[in-house]
Amino acid sequence: MTHPSDTGTAPVLALRDVSKSFGAVRALRDVSLELFPGEVHALAGENGAGKSTLIKTLAGVHRPDAGQVLLDGTPVVFHGPGDARDAGIAVIYQEPTLFPDLSIAENIFMGRQPRRALGRIDHKATHDATAQLMRRLGVELDPDRPARGLSIADQQIVEIAKALSFDARVLIMDEPTAALTGSEVARLFGVVRTLREQGAAVLFISHRLEEIFHICKRVTTLRDGAWIASEPLEGMTEDDLVRRMVGRDLDELYPKQEVTPGETALSVRRLTREGVFTDVSFEVRRGEIVALAGLVGAGRTEVARAVFGVDRWDAGEVEVDGKPLVNGAPSSAMAAGLALVPEDRRAQGLVMDMSIERNIGLTGLRTTVKAGLVDRGAERSRSLDWAVKLQVKYARIADTVATLSGGNQQKVVLAKWLATGPKVLIVDEPTRGIDVGTKAEVHRLLSQLAADGVAVLMISSDLPEVLGMADRVLVMHEGRLTAEISRTDATEETVMAAATGRAAA
Amino acid sequence: MADSPLTRAVRWDTVVGALLVVVLLLSFGFVDGFGNSLNLSFLIGNTLPIALIALPMTLLVVSGEIDLSVASTAGLSGAVMGALWNQGMTIEAIIPICLLLGVACGLFNGLLVTRLGLPSLAVTIGTLAAYRGIAQIVLGSDAVTDFPSQYLDFAAGRFDGTFVPYAFVPFLVLLVVAVVALHAMPFGRSLFAIGASEEAARFAGIRVKRQKLILFTLTGLMSSLTGVFWALHYASARYDNATGLELSVVAAVLLGGIDFDGGKGTLGGAIAGVFLLGALQNVMSLQDVSAQSQIVVTGVLLVLSVLGPRVARQISLARAGRRVAAPPPSKTPAPTP
Repeated sequence: MTHPSDTGTAPVLALRDVSKSFGAVRALRDVSLELFPGEVHALAGENGAGKSTLIKTLAGVHRPDAGQVLLDGTPVVFHGPGDARDAGIAVIYQEPTLFPDLSIAENIFMGRQPRRALGRIDHKATHDATAQLMRRLGVELDPDRPARGLSIADQQIVEIAKALSFDARVLIMDEPTAALTGSEVARLFGVVRTLREQGAAVLFISHRLEEIFHICKRVTTLRDGAWIASEPLEGMTEDDLVRRMVGRDLDELYPKQEVTPGETALSVRRLTREGVFTDVSFEVRRGEIVALAGLVGAGRTEVARAVFGVDRWDAGEVEVDGKPLVNGAPSSAMAAGLALVPEDRRAQGLVMDMSIERNIGLTGLRTTVKAGLVDRGAERSRSLDWAVKLQVKYARIADTVATLSGGNQQKVVLAKWLATGPKVLIVDEPTRGIDVGTKAEVHRLLSQLAADGVAVLMISSDLPEVLGMADRVLVMHEGRLTAEISRTDATEETVMAAATGRAAA
Repeated sequence: MADSPLTRAVRWDTVVGALLVVVLLLSFGFVDGFGNSLNLSFLIGNTLPIALIALPMTLLVVSGEIDLSVASTAGLSGAVMGALWNQGMTIEAIIPICLLLGVACGLFNGLLVTRLGLPSLAVTIGTLAAYRGIAQIVLGSDAVTDFPSQYLDFAAGRFDGTFVPYAFVPFLVLLVVAVVALHAMPFGRSLFAIGASEEAARFAGIRVKRQKLILFTLTGLMSSLTGVFWALHYASARYDNATGLELSVVAAVLLGGIDFDGGKGTLGGAIAGVFLLGALQNVMSLQDVSAQSQIVVTGVLLVLSVLGPRVARQISLARAGRRVAAPPPSKTPAPTP
């Protein structure tokens, strides 16, 4: 790779042809990356593209199977996160983990506080060092304030200060803005610019493309674990970047059919689960795909769980086709024609040690019955039918689902629920962590189901998916439904504004 | 649950069945006094209490739970039976009361586990002590022996000219019911799902708590039935009847290939395990091995039956791991910044 930096310096940290596999999954294939001092570099790629693995490789959590990590041009091997930290590499995660009862200063100098005679902690020195770090970052935070009650944004600042106290020269920021409001993002970017001017190399990860274009100079794109490109952002458009990430045009990935909505199939009225979500009301009509957007922790999954009956609700009511559901009874929801494809397919969607056949069969235990016994013939043909319809790639239908890839496991979960012939289908993060090809298949399937008259409620943190698939977008913020946005008005800006609690622009 | 033939070429329940046949053949050949019909009827009669409780215990362990209070429930039923008999009640009235008592004992365990979310191991260790204590309060140190002879004859007798005890027939009926329930009915299917992943079962609309409550109640019922059988079979109702029987039941069920973590195993395997343990205990008695030593053997079998599958899994994991793991690269010192 040619040297793109105009400062004429060498990369402080680089990956050269790095590969990493987990069992049969090749998370990274021949990936290269160069980080220069005084430059903010973006890492782009879809969920499952290998970004996390790359970060963990840089941070010393994973050791590459092949290829090299180069620090100042010299190959190094990190034997753990401690080695990477000592080399000046720090990772700022989306949700920092501070000790809530300790002060900011104590959190920063945990385990290495300045000492006075007889090994006593020098509180004044700790305080002063922290105050100096905050000045360097241009932020006003009281070093003696306990970490409890700090906003996510402030917690990230503390983590950055901690990184600086370790003389970090490389900062890796893993989706730092996902949970921040607009003004917090602006302040964070101010800090990032300060770091850049002080000569730090920053690797910046975000799903918000406009942020990448705003703060970064160059971008490295990954797709399905493979390196696609490292290039300057100047002259690129967002569409160019998306095409690199997705490997095709968006139209193919989001094959949304236009459907005229029919009657109301799912009606949720004033649903409340104390301390989790409050006064949530919405309807989903036949043929509609309604997205439920919001930040992680906004209460979307919890609403879905309560509607389906896995959790109880404290107030409100849920109706499917005008029939009220029993509180806290998934069997009642199923009987009424409701299906839920849960967020965590390995723990909630599937019994991993059971066969494909029996997993699909689990939802048919009440229906594929003859004289009180499981009708094994009917069970097998039901499972085979749906496995074939959804093009699940498997060796034998009696193999355990643990042997399948993530995308195929997700198809089995979908098969299991589609086999019940649902009127209302709730899908929670239906394409998280699955490859792009399967993702497009899942989207086509959801679109076809809606066209066939199924009411679909789709929870998704993937904004392009929300915008590409939904007829309407409901947005939750801190346990409340804050906005309903039509397909024509839905943009990244309007959805994110509602999701972060800002009034729509 | 039936694994695919290629992932597990030899199934553990088949192994236990084969082992049972081998032990029986060797015993017929080499153990004096084993093959005569009186001893065989003793073998079956002494094993029946374990077998009866093993039926619901298998279902319970498959669903990821356990009940250690079964022997105490059996003892309590026997004690209540003796006390009521002393009061002059008819045996026809006493037996239903004892069975209802067992239902209550099981229901109590089940409610503590499902409503309060307590671990069944802890709950049933507690009720193991409590139920036995109540038995002692009810009957004291009395031994009631004068039950009606037709009941005693049924519980201890065998079909003329054979080694088959009368009581073996109702057991066979219950066995068939349990096999059908576990392996052919939706109920049993849901138990395997619950045992393998309770959360996934809940998300599939399976009523996890209700199924577990049913199982604990059935276990209590079968335990009290066993308690009644025990008192009649040995013509003695005492508060300490069936003490330690839970050890044999759990050992036999695990030996039969029921995974302690739930979700795996067959009732056929469990029953093979029961009779394997029964045959070993019988042979040891014939060889004048003391009762205490027999308990040691049972305990060791219990440990081995839990350990065996895990060791096998570790070995296969270690093999798989060697193929994947890369050779450790040499450490290069990081240059100081």
